Amino acid sequence: MIGTDIKIVLPEIILAGYSMFILMVAVYGGKDRLAGTIFWLTALVMAGLGLWIAADVDVSRSAFRGAFIDDNFARFAKVVMLFASAIMLLLSQEYLRRNNLLKFEFPVLIALANVGMMMMVSAGDLMALYMGLELQSLSLYVIAAFRRDSLRSTEAGLKYFVLGALSSGLLLYGASLVYGYAGTTQFAGIASTIQGGELGLGMLFGLVFMCVGMGFKISAAPFHMWTPDVYEGSPTPVTAFFATAPKVAAACLFARVVHDAFGAAVSDWKQIIAFLSVLSMFLGAIAAIGQTNIKRLMAYSSISHMGFALMGLAAGTELGVQSLLIYMVIYVAMNVGVFAFILNMEKDGNPVTDIAALGLYSRQEPLRAAALAALMFSLAGIPPLVGFFGKFYVLKAAVQADLAWLAIAGVIASVIGAFYYLRIIYLMYFGEEADALNGKMPTLHYVALMASAFVMIAGIVNLFGIEGFAANAAASLLR
Amino acid sequence: MEQILLFAPLVGALICGFGHRMIGEKAAMMVATGLLFLSAILSWVAFLTFHGNDHVIPLMRWVESGGLSTDWAIRVDRLTVIMLIVITSVSSLVHLYSWGYMADDPQWKEGESYKPRFFAYLSFFTWAMLMLVTADNLLQLFFGWEGVGVASYLLIGFYYRKPTANAAAIKAFVVNRVGDFGFSLGIFGLYFLTKSINFSEILDPHTAEAISQQTIRFLSWDINALEVITMLLFIGAMGKSAQLFLHTWLPDAMEGPTPVSALIHAATMVTAGVFMVCRLSPLMEYATFTPNFIIVIGATTAFFAATVGLVQNDIKRVIAYSTCSQLGYMFVAAGVGAYPVAMFHLFTHAFFKAMLFLGAGSVIHAMHHEQDMRNYGNLRKKIPYTFAAMMIGTLAITGVGIPLTHIGFAGFLSKDAIIESTFAAGAGPAQYAFILLVLAAAMTSFYSWRLIFLTFYGTERGDKHTHEHAHESPMVMLIPLAVLALGAIFAGMLWYEDFFGHHVEEFFGHSVYANHETNHVIHDAHNVPKWVKVSPFVAMLSGFILAWIMYIKKPTAPAKLAEQHSGLYAFLQNKWYFDELYDLIFVNPAKALGRFLWKKGDGKVIDGGINGVAMGIIPFLTKWAGRAQSGYLFHYAFAMFLGLAAIITYFAITGGAH
Repeated sequence: MIGTDIKIVLPEIILAGYSMFILMVAVYGGKDRLAGTIFWLTALVMAGLGLWIAADVDVSRSAFRGAFIDDNFARFAKVVMLFASAIMLLLSQEYLRRNNLLKFEFPVLIALANVGMMMMVSAGDLMALYMGLELQSLSLYVIAAFRRDSLRSTEAGLKYFVLGALSSGLLLYGASLVYGYAGTTQFAGIASTIQGGELGLGMLFGLVFMCVGMGFKISAAPFHMWTPDVYEGSPTPVTAFFATAPKVAAACLFARVVHDAFGAAVSDWKQIIAFLSVLSMFLGAIAAIGQTNIKRLMAYSSISHMGFALMGLAAGTELGVQSLLIYMVIYVAMNVGVFAFILNMEKDGNPVTDIAALGLYSRQEPLRAAALAALMFSLAGIPPLVGFFGKFYVLKAAVQADLAWLAIAGVIASVIGAFYYLRIIYLMYFGEEADALNGKMPTLHYVALMASAFVMIAGIVNLFGIEGFAANAAASLLR
Repeated sequence: MEQILLFAPLVGALICGFGHRMIGEKAAMMVATGLLFLSAILSWVAFLTFHGNDHVIPLMRWVESGGLSTDWAIRVDRLTVIMLIVITSVSSLVHLYSWGYMADDPQWKEGESYKPRFFAYLSFFTWAMLMLVTADNLLQLFFGWEGVGVASYLLIGFYYRKPTANAAAIKAFVVNRVGDFGFSLGIFGLYFLTKSINFSEILDPHTAEAISQQTIRFLSWDINALEVITMLLFIGAMGKSAQLFLHTWLPDAMEGPTPVSALIHAATMVTAGVFMVCRLSPLMEYATFTPNFIIVIGATTAFFAATVGLVQNDIKRVIAYSTCSQLGYMFVAAGVGAYPVAMFHLFTHAFFKAMLFLGAGSVIHAMHHEQDMRNYGNLRKKIPYTFAAMMIGTLAITGVGIPLTHIGFAGFLSKDAIIESTFAAGAGPAQYAFILLVLAAAMTSFYSWRLIFLTFYGTERGDKHTHEHAHESPMVMLIPLAVLALGAIFAGMLWYEDFFGHHVEEFFGHSVYANHETNHVIHDAHNVPKWVKVSPFVAMLSGFILAWIMYIKKPTAPAKLAEQHSGLYAFLQNKWYFDELYDLIFVNPAKALGRFLWKKGDGKVIDGGINGVAMGIIPFLTKWAGRAQSGYLFHYAFAMFLGLAAIITYFAITGGAH
């Protein structure tokens, strides 16, 4: 029995074992001299695991008495997270080296965060959920403060930690309420107690508190306040990482909990999520307008995008989950390119984050500017780029679930949000001549930027078939 | 052969319009002109070898949608071949003429390339017009109809640096939209009733008879279906052929270069309405109200335009009103059921009116683009060939001939045929039309001779320098005049028997339809009393004598007369105040509405609203959001709790979804 269980969680065990092993090797071995190798090795291991997981199809199984679920949905999320992490890890290396931050702990922490995230999306039990969430969060707290000697970075880490602890507390409180009223921590058990869709007030409050905790992780308004500060204060590779895999993990966890445990009470939680969604979309769009720091800007952008992703979830349907997954994949793909660019915004070896520095960038680097412009158009959701299709799917899901008002609000918010994406394009092509950026772009980053931009344009054909995978994943969650 | 004939102008237009940079300006013009002459020759071959073997040459399946299936086809019958020679002959001559007329246009700066564009438009127009007349269904007809509309728009506004030309082009387009709206409604209605728009089905007399027994609900009234449809279709014809109420665009269209006026606004496009009515003769035959309406509109137009023509001073405008008036004649003929006679006048009119326009162009060319006749005078010595041509044109349009015989200029035969047919059609509207047409004939004679006398006789007026430098036009302009002169002299006599005489039935075959139980107009027209036959001649003569007295004998008389009847003079000078009336009723309210929607609706409400949101509310919220992001942990935690409290409160109050 335990044998089959272990077989099911083998990828997680391998990644956890690898992390600890490599930590020991580095601590007792070459320390930071090995860092370069470890970066590559970790990325390889994660990518390999991703491929391995991707090879399994159409099996739904659970381990440890339902505490761990391995289904299409979980696998879809894991593959996206592992690959996103691997790419971000590789992109981080160069930046960290330039800024004397190339330490072996970084990849180890990323790997451990991944273990946590994989646990989150596979959670079938409140305990497992919390375990995964905390493992991920603790890793992230540390890497947020990774530049120890920088005041901003430590401040960011500390803020994140304190608020994260608060949100964990809220989540735990909600979980305990749920446990108290359901008498079980297993999602399946919780679901069976609310079979008729009738949610008692205690259970309802438990659900609200849990939603708040998860809303914090996904940085949905009004639990988003940490995001701009942490994005700005952390070293850029950390920001880049934050903007990708953890967002996917949090969104998938959210979907997992509301559908697996509270699937019968859709009409209750869809109100909460719709509320978070509409607030996030507007806050992200409006607050970003005033930003001049590109990292802060991307923070607000991510808040707004999470609002859209939640719109899919708010639909409460299979199509909604599918659209959520599609949205997240597209979002990650866009962020890879954008951060590959931001990582190389430098002047004389110092990182630059002011968007004014992009003035007339197109004259200087026409190809890079064009790629960034394509990504910005895509982020703004302008057809026919891929970003538009992400929005299109969630809007469609919302409309089909009788949430037309939410869809309309989303369209308005995206119009407002288009302003700051277009402003970057404006600056690059028509802005005022600025102090030129002169950072060189390593090949890897260049490839990532171009590939991401290319995907935004070429993906309009069939979104590279993501639709079908997402549909399978959504179907397995709502089986 | 028909295919080549039809597509040669299109090929010419494309090569000339798009290829002139590659092959050079001259070569491009040569291609366009050459292809049109080819088309003209083939048309004459088609006309002369056509002996009643109506047939349809399908080119391709065009539209296949639900119950609607339409071919793109060439319909060859008598009506078509008549139109073919009219169009291609005039067009090819106008192409040739334009070599001279457009050579050094003062509208363009040195070195600007405008000629290939002009020729391309002309060729394109010709192609569209050929599409129109060879149509085998209403859709293709409509395609050609709109195609010539576009070409007309482009050519009226050819001098796009002139604001008046642009305004005239827009006016022509917009006024035609009114007519086209009726036309398209008519097509829709016909399709609604017969489930077909192909001529082979809708022009079957049985179909027409069947429709005439149905009623259709139109604007909340139940009306006879056939009357509604024919009326709507005729409204289309009114727009294109500049009949009363929709005529205002035609005089303004004279802003275009003179060859354009000759080709489009005299000989071909404006006659499309007449052609359409003849083409749809089976439908018209079974309607009762519409033909009467056509007669009244046609006669009134003929009269109205002739009165306005009396007092115009711009040489082109005189001829434009004359065109408008002659179109009225044709419609009267079609209205009384004498379709061949309408076509007869269309045919002869094309020659002499094109010639008058080209002659006027030659005068204008000689006088350095001066168009006001008050500045002409005594030009017959300086431009003798032009004078001769204009003279022949005038003799033709006024209808000079030997009464009671079939010998005379083209207009004599065709116009008299119309007047006789109108009389033969009997009482009611036809009687009204008869009186007006005879009066109009007198006025036609007067204004035509007035034009001749003012231009070629009397004393030299206006700028001395211009008169000294007046010169005869080059050969490329005179040859077309000569060719058209032949038509103006002989076209009537040569084809009299075919269009009006004893061979009408064989000549036209099935291309026009006359209901033999009720329609004997053409037969009766030959048996009208002698005084009727002589009446147009008398009218012509009186017009001539009056003009001679007023402009040769006593040149001071016109001014005195205008002074004595200043009210009437102003009324005519202002074209019965149609433009002013339309401005008052339609244009100004539309403009006011547009301005309101633009300034208030778009500017204040939409732009204002968006600007208010974008530049007022959003930045305010942004500032606010920025301030909330204070950097203090306790603020952040507080915000989280506020959010939590809000949700909890909401659920506590509403009890969730239950």
